[in-house]
Amino acid sequence: MAPGDSSPVQSEALAATLRVSYTRRLADYLQQEHILGYLLLLPAFLWLAGLVAYPFGMAISYCLSDIVVGRQQAAKFVGLDNFISLLNNEIFIQTVKNSFTFTVSAVTLKAVFGLLLAVLLNKDLKFKRLIRGCVLLPWVMPVALSALGWKWMYDSLYSVITWTLNRFVLLVGMPPLEINWLGQANLAMASVIVVNTWIGLPFFAITLLAGLQAIPEEMYEAAEVDGATPWDKFFHVTLPMLRPVLAVVILFSTIFTFADFNTVYVLTQGGPMNYTHLFATLANMLAFQILDLGRGAAVSLFMFPLLMLLVFFILRLARREY
Amino acid sequence: MAKVRKGSTLRHFIIDHFGLIPFLVFALFPAYFMILTAFKHNSELYDLQAIPFWLREGITLDHFRFLFVKTRFLRWLLNSVMVAVIATGCSFVISVMAAYSLARLRFRGVNFLATAIFVIYLVPPTLLFLPLGRVIYDIGLADNVVSLIITYPTFLIPFSTWLLMGYFRTVPREIEECAMVDGCGRIAALIRVVLPVTVPGLICAILFAFTLSWNEFIYALTFISQTTQKTATVGVAAELVRGDVFHWGEIMAGATTGSLPIVLIYVFFLDYYVAGLTAGSVKG
Repeated sequence: MAPGDSSPVQSEALAATLRVSYTRRLADYLQQEHILGYLLLLPAFLWLAGLVAYPFGMAISYCLSDIVVGRQQAAKFVGLDNFISLLNNEIFIQTVKNSFTFTVSAVTLKAVFGLLLAVLLNKDLKFKRLIRGCVLLPWVMPVALSALGWKWMYDSLYSVITWTLNRFVLLVGMPPLEINWLGQANLAMASVIVVNTWIGLPFFAITLLAGLQAIPEEMYEAAEVDGATPWDKFFHVTLPMLRPVLAVVILFSTIFTFADFNTVYVLTQGGPMNYTHLFATLANMLAFQILDLGRGAAVSLFMFPLLMLLVFFILRLARREY
Repeated sequence: MAKVRKGSTLRHFIIDHFGLIPFLVFALFPAYFMILTAFKHNSELYDLQAIPFWLREGITLDHFRFLFVKTRFLRWLLNSVMVAVIATGCSFVISVMAAYSLARLRFRGVNFLATAIFVIYLVPPTLLFLPLGRVIYDIGLADNVVSLIITYPTFLIPFSTWLLMGYFRTVPREIEECAMVDGCGRIAALIRVVLPVTVPGLICAILFAFTLSWNEFIYALTFISQTTQKTATVGVAAELVRGDVFHWGEIMAGATTGSLPIVLIYVFFLDYYVAGLTAGSVKG
């Protein structure tokens, strides 16, 4: 090949090398830790900024306006009127009371029975895996659908629970009971709490079980040498060692119990007479039945301070994990 | 775990197992009763004299037939599959990137950003569903199943990122550095070295994201009112329960079928669920 002929080929090759080295250099530049770090976070950041941070800002502006579905343009700034009118609203006050009853009862039940279940699961069991699988089932099933199953079990006429109770009642010769599980104020609240406990119990049991298994066997042996009874061991070894895990699990569960929507919406829609409304179900009702977006958003945002307090405590507990 | 026990071993064995019975009955009965109702003839279902715990008149498929022929149940199932698969896929890729960055790279603000992800993970969907619905409306996706594909990652990304960060931190830095000495870039090292050794964590993240998407209710309920765009959970809970008459057979058939995919996945991957549950939450 003559030298002159090769020049276009050569320059093409040179250009290719240059291009490669440019992309190579760009790649090297982008792979520096402080560049790559931000670059990899960018999609997550954009997604969350657009669909979490931005709606959060909107929520605040809704709360401060008299916005109504269908007349968004006419909305005007009303300051804290929404919050004030809510605080003067009987249904809202009822909802606040309901939420606290619901959360405190359900979380307490879950913590106590979850701990008991964890201790029971921490024995040498036959079919360990099968038993764990069964215990965890309520947590895996779609809440809305399992709550429908409970709604049927609570049916005012065909309730399987009432039927079973009545076998015993008839045995002692009393007239059969008619129980409207979801139709009476206190009973409805109790029924809803039971369903929420049913869903959340596995989470407590399995995480506390992991906590129990992390307690070194030597501690129990040392306690035994000192003549500790099983109760002593539970209260002086198990419980103190489990405290950090227990605290995190309780805080976690408090957040998601307090903000629950599914169980109540499916079972009672907040009724009877608003006696089972939670913040989320009331917000939903205000926004979609009364079409009052401003007050609906305000109801949701009333949850925010308490949630932040819980988040703050979780962060403090989790600090040493960082 | 072999422990030395005092007293009768058999007695302990019986006590240990019997204590669990009430818990197992409590956990399993609603599911059992749901399935039972789905297969029960109406004549027996609404007979107050019948014993509710089993089937006297044998099995019927009428409720399922009604569900698949007379309602859009199949469409709802397909919508659920589509939403769960796409939302999980998107969130997975985005979360792997974010988690690697937060767990492994050193740059300004990394700790703050990690905390921010965790805080967003703790924000329940019920806090923002009203304004988020408005955003969906403004971008023209109201009444469209696509709205769920873009909103589910708002809780899937923080969750998966947090879960994966824990797994990525367990990989020794040396392995990665060896690969980089051998001429791999960081991204190549992530794909060829870090990801293969964290496969259990990746499976966990996918399983949990899929489960959360499948089970989601409030967004699917409030963003969509058109029958053909609904997901299985909302279709069964909102469309079959209409008016004053509850057709419990059909509703329970829908609840059973709608839970089935997630329960099957759960049965196959039980150990991953247990591992992810303890890693994801307690570490947080």
